Amino acid sequence: MAYSEKVIDHYNNPRNVGQLDKASTEVGTGLVGAPECGDVMRLQIKVNPDTQVIEEAKFKTIGCGSAIASSSLATEWVKGKTVEEALQIKNTDIVKELSLPPVKIHCSVLAEDAIRAAIGDWKKKNGVAEPAAAAVN
Amino acid sequence: MMPAAETQNIASNGSSQGVHLPIYMDNHATTPMDPRVLEAMMPYFTKIFGNAASRNHSFGWEAEQAVEKAREQVARLIGATAKEIIFTSGATESNNLAIKGIAEMYRERGNHIITQVTEHKAVLDTCKRLEKSGCRVTYLPVNADGLIELEDLKRAMDDKTILVSIMFANNEIGVVQPVAEIGKLCRERGVLFHTDAVQAAGKVPVDVNAMNIDVLSLSAHKMYGPKGVGALYVRRRNPRVQIAEQINGGGHERGMRSGTLNVTGIVGLGKACDLCREEMPQETERLRKLRDHLKTRLESKLDYIHVNGSMEHRLPGNLNMSFVYVEGESLLMGINDVAVSSGSACTSATLEPSYVLKALGLGDDVAHSSIRFGLGRFNTLAEVDYVADKLIDIVQKLRELSPLYEMVKEGIDLTKIQWEAH
Repeated sequence: MAYSEKVIDHYNNPRNVGQLDKASTEVGTGLVGAPECGDVMRLQIKVNPDTQVIEEAKFKTIGCGSAIASSSLATEWVKGKTVEEALQIKNTDIVKELSLPPVKIHCSVLAEDAIRAAIGDWKKKNGVAEPAAAAVN
Repeated sequence: MMPAAETQNIASNGSSQGVHLPIYMDNHATTPMDPRVLEAMMPYFTKIFGNAASRNHSFGWEAEQAVEKAREQVARLIGATAKEIIFTSGATESNNLAIKGIAEMYRERGNHIITQVTEHKAVLDTCKRLEKSGCRVTYLPVNADGLIELEDLKRAMDDKTILVSIMFANNEIGVVQPVAEIGKLCRERGVLFHTDAVQAAGKVPVDVNAMNIDVLSLSAHKMYGPKGVGALYVRRRNPRVQIAEQINGGGHERGMRSGTLNVTGIVGLGKACDLCREEMPQETERLRKLRDHLKTRLESKLDYIHVNGSMEHRLPGNLNMSFVYVEGESLLMGINDVAVSSGSACTSATLEPSYVLKALGLGDDVAHSSIRFGLGRFNTLAEVDYVADKLIDIVQKLRELSPLYEMVKEGIDLTKIQWEAH
């Protein structure tokens, strides 16, 4: 399978690898996927409590090249966005950016899930209501 | 399985530390042709081009002579006689011809076939096809080493059993089945024994008489010969095995396989068999040393790695290892100047991890992290060192990225985590 230059670049130089303090109230952690499926992503965000802007993002992923690239890209994209803006990131955007072939679409879905899971965790910690209710506020 | 060289589009050329890149270490998939084989074949492309079935001129006679010489060469490799060798297009055809041909010919005696779960698809899919037309097939399990249990085989046999088809050596894990014991048991029970010896022929000693093998498939391109040619050994005495032809036509190959003979390819197969036979003792020794060196070097630098399948009953050139907490395809991407294979789902067209590794009782997570090394005649020690060092480096890098490796290192029990499958 021939990967795009962008996938190879993320694979060779993954952005924002690492971990944030899980216990911090400013940090949301998403752990998605399963070892039996061959890919697990952990995406973490650190949110500014005043502005709700994601100031930091870190990931670790086990999976194929496109899984690594999708999660690496996801950390780049969420940084600097507000939590609600980050929720607008769709897996199809990732597919397009990385030119993922059809068999690798599930990697992008996993990355979107990871973003949602991390934000969900942060919201739970901070008693923030779900997206629809938040919009009403 | 997909070689690493195909997984990305950055081509590496040139050499490094005295090795030429890319390195081919996927010799279970196919082997490069030995130049001596090509040399033997050359005259038969242009000069000696006759149809071996042409009986009334010298062009035909010369071609026939070459074919008969090759038949002797193939027979000698496996302890058979020349008349027992049928030329085919390769092992897939040989397996189809053997299993379908026997099922059809012995229909009145019985309809039960015994095989096992880690066979190549050429055997498994042939058996599945026969199940649709009234055959009963037993698929024996394998133990954690990848070997069948003779007791299971004994138990599976009944008065309708006509054929046992068990591979000689496995294409993924290189595990060598107890062929002589299987043959002995089949002979005692009066059941025919077919073995797919495509990975074993020319690599380890094969003797159809000592091992009581009745039908055997082999292929030229797995033993440094050309692609598109193989053979089927069909025993002619004690017992005389009969096979219903699957391709009809001019009655070539004693009626068992019609079609103009691929004389050039057959000459190549014959030469390849000769070379394998002559060089087997030294080659076995050399490959085993290289393989063990690779294993030792990897094990000295990496934790959480293990060999899949029996180390004792294994082809000398095979190593199949899992690098746990790293995914196979991402590993291949990191060693893109080395051609090996992975049992990972991500490298297969079906997105399913290797059924062979699953049959050993390994979890999908272990299958996903597996790499198959297939060492061959042209691999060198310098290449093995290069591959080992590169692999160590990339495994360490990917484990830095792996949340699972981090969690395990922190003492977290991964089995206690509620994973959501996707």
